[in-house]
Amino acid sequence: MSRAQKLAIAVLAAVTIASLAAGWIAPSYSAQFRESISAPPSAKFPLGTDELGRDRFARLLYGTRVSLLLAPAAALLSTLIAALLGGTAGYLGGRWDRLVASGIDLFLSLPWLFLLMAVRALMPLNTSPVASVILTFLLLGCLGWASPARIVRAGTRTLASSDYLLQARAEGVAPARLFWNHLLPNLKPILAAQFWISVPVFILSEANLSLLGLGVAEPLPSWGAMLRDLENYSAVLQNPWMLAPAVLLVAVVSCLKLLLRSEDPLPC
Amino acid sequence: MLRFALGSLLAFAGLAQAANELRFTLRSEPKTFNPLMVEDESSETIRYLTGGVLIRLNRYTQELEGELASKWKVLENGRRIDFELRPNVHFSDGTPFSCDDVVFTMERLMDPSLHSPVGDSFRSAPGAVEAKCVSPISASVRFPAPVAALALQFDQVAILSAHSLHKEAAVLGPFMFGDYKPGALLVLERNPNYWKKDSNGRRLPYLDSIRLEIQSNRELELLRFRRGELDVVNKLDPDMFDRLSSEMPHNVVDAGPSLDSELVFFNQVASAPLPAYKLHWFQSAAFRRAISDAIHRDDLVRIVYKGHARAAAGPVSSANKFWLNAALKPALYSEQVALDELQRDGFHRSGDTLMDRDGHRVEFSMITNAGNRVHERMLTLIQQDLGKLGIQLNVLTLDFPSLIERITRTYNYESVLMALTNVGLDPNDQMNVWLSSAQTHQWNPNQKTPETPWEAEIDRLMQAQAASQTAAQRKVSFDKVQQIVADQAPMIFLVNPNALSAVSPNLKNVTPGLLRPQIYWNVDRLYLGSGYVSQK
Repeated sequence: MSRAQKLAIAVLAAVTIASLAAGWIAPSYSAQFRESISAPPSAKFPLGTDELGRDRFARLLYGTRVSLLLAPAAALLSTLIAALLGGTAGYLGGRWDRLVASGIDLFLSLPWLFLLMAVRALMPLNTSPVASVILTFLLLGCLGWASPARIVRAGTRTLASSDYLLQARAEGVAPARLFWNHLLPNLKPILAAQFWISVPVFILSEANLSLLGLGVAEPLPSWGAMLRDLENYSAVLQNPWMLAPAVLLVAVVSCLKLLLRSEDPLPC
Repeated sequence: MLRFALGSLLAFAGLAQAANELRFTLRSEPKTFNPLMVEDESSETIRYLTGGVLIRLNRYTQELEGELASKWKVLENGRRIDFELRPNVHFSDGTPFSCDDVVFTMERLMDPSLHSPVGDSFRSAPGAVEAKCVSPISASVRFPAPVAALALQFDQVAILSAHSLHKEAAVLGPFMFGDYKPGALLVLERNPNYWKKDSNGRRLPYLDSIRLEIQSNRELELLRFRRGELDVVNKLDPDMFDRLSSEMPHNVVDAGPSLDSELVFFNQVASAPLPAYKLHWFQSAAFRRAISDAIHRDDLVRIVYKGHARAAAGPVSSANKFWLNAALKPALYSEQVALDELQRDGFHRSGDTLMDRDGHRVEFSMITNAGNRVHERMLTLIQQDLGKLGIQLNVLTLDFPSLIERITRTYNYESVLMALTNVGLDPNDQMNVWLSSAQTHQWNPNQKTPETPWEAEIDRLMQAQAASQTAAQRKVSFDKVQQIVADQAPMIFLVNPNALSAVSPNLKNVTPGLLRPQIYWNVDRLYLGSGYVSQK
């Protein structure tokens, strides 16, 4: 592992720990200090306050918690679905393979944004902000399996026709054992890569949804919701600390990408 | 060679945009160019710029002025109106204007098969409308029943040509149709036959053309204004206004409170898919008043609107000087008053939570349209205000079609924050909101008979004001309507946003009014820089 990658892990660890300790570092992300709207950084508010007088630093920490914890959860979900469908399709072949391949094509052709908007419109009225954010990432996870599934399927097909698997099959190893003991361990690098690729994708997807006002519900913060403040570019020029969520997003996504370039086994 | 190149370039630039051309945007494609079928804002803009009317409401003085009719007289208690028409007026194609055109327009307008939304405001009772020529320059229109504010209604009626070969292209307004590229732009050209002249005898309008680009992206619109590619931006939001005013302080106009309102209402539809106890809260006037008292309107004005709005007292904005019930004052924020009101209605606090008399936790959702930053910020402030009472408010932002679907068809919502756009001053323009039988009686529409005594009283008063012929009598009735709305709070009026616009300093003769179209209501007298003398 290179020094840059070690640094990336350190940055990700520091950001994750800070977000988990948000309750101690900056207690309230939703309290409105209405007499201190759009305030500059101070001892009380290290990153100033937003247009409703809320502590930007506290919101950044809590927003990091939301984006950084739920995006990997959504990525894990999508990777698991991809492994299950792509893996079995590639391994079993035949009708199931054709069915899964058609399903992948269908999912890839679906307009995600409209689908998410439709689901959002069907959500129960009294969905709490926490439930709403979990649902959003759950949806992202459920909808994001198609692309990794295609890669897993291709990888499985290659593995299924490999010499060692052919030999195992010739020796009469049971199909289930063949799958769990021989195929899955060899698919691990592909699955890990798909997982780490999906994490930044889901972080950015949530950011995009929030930019449209369809992401995490108020008053819960997320990076995407905070990035909406950057629409007011003249305010950003005057108050550069507003760029903090963008800087953090770029740093985290860059760190994740850096880890993906590793020639060593990925942390999984 | 260089001179030739420069000349070609200038000629091309001249083709792209005329020197004395006003440029602004339409937010959407006009749905119709038929002035009798106008419903949307873009089509209304086109009608205002191209249509000639008999009587015009001056958007600045808020008084009626004769246009194609030099005089008019309302007779038979508002059942009949006689017009004396201006002589020597011609349509843009040169066809003379006469009483035949008035009769033709009224017949088309009231044709039941046309379903004209403009004609609806004249339908006071079943029966035929009789329009006739008294002489070539006088016409009379008689309705089956009195029509309230009869003369004012003619502000919306653009006169069509009875005799032109190309009726749809012949107009009497200051501009006529030029180039049209669907989805992209519409160019209106100066009507050379426009009847109006200035005090020096010069034929109006001063502008040679108007270029209307169809542009829904507000940021792009603002960017183009900054670059000098647009002369006017209407309806700026407070953020944009403040941004622009810091960069171009002389180019922004705050004309004061508009006629529009931001409001909240609760779902009171008996058949709505809501728990019975919630419907019971929402149908309680005390509950609604308490919510109204708990919302800090001054903070909405100060924080969300950056001061560019006024706390609303009721359904009529302070911009509507005559019809406003001045005795009404905006609800003063008071957590204690709200709590007392709720306690009298059987609610009680249990720790930090408000409970109803049956032990249900008071929690409800409020929907608004996604992507509207102003609404989202308002909701976040309201969420905290209500939280102080122990009410859990869940915010749900929906795309606009889903929101409309919920509030007009499925009634699957609890409360909503939205804007009410008023286009006219007259109480009759709000008839579709206040009559209990109306489709847009939003909190409980399409009632066969009024479900509450106060809605029955509002129905009675609205009909009484519509039938009264003196403005003073009508105002007495409408003042009472406003008082009932304030007492019962079926709609909780929050703020009246200011009319915010951006205008190029190059555009002359601008006198911003409070009524739409605020900046170009006197479009025939506007000109650009030295364009006044460059008219074709």
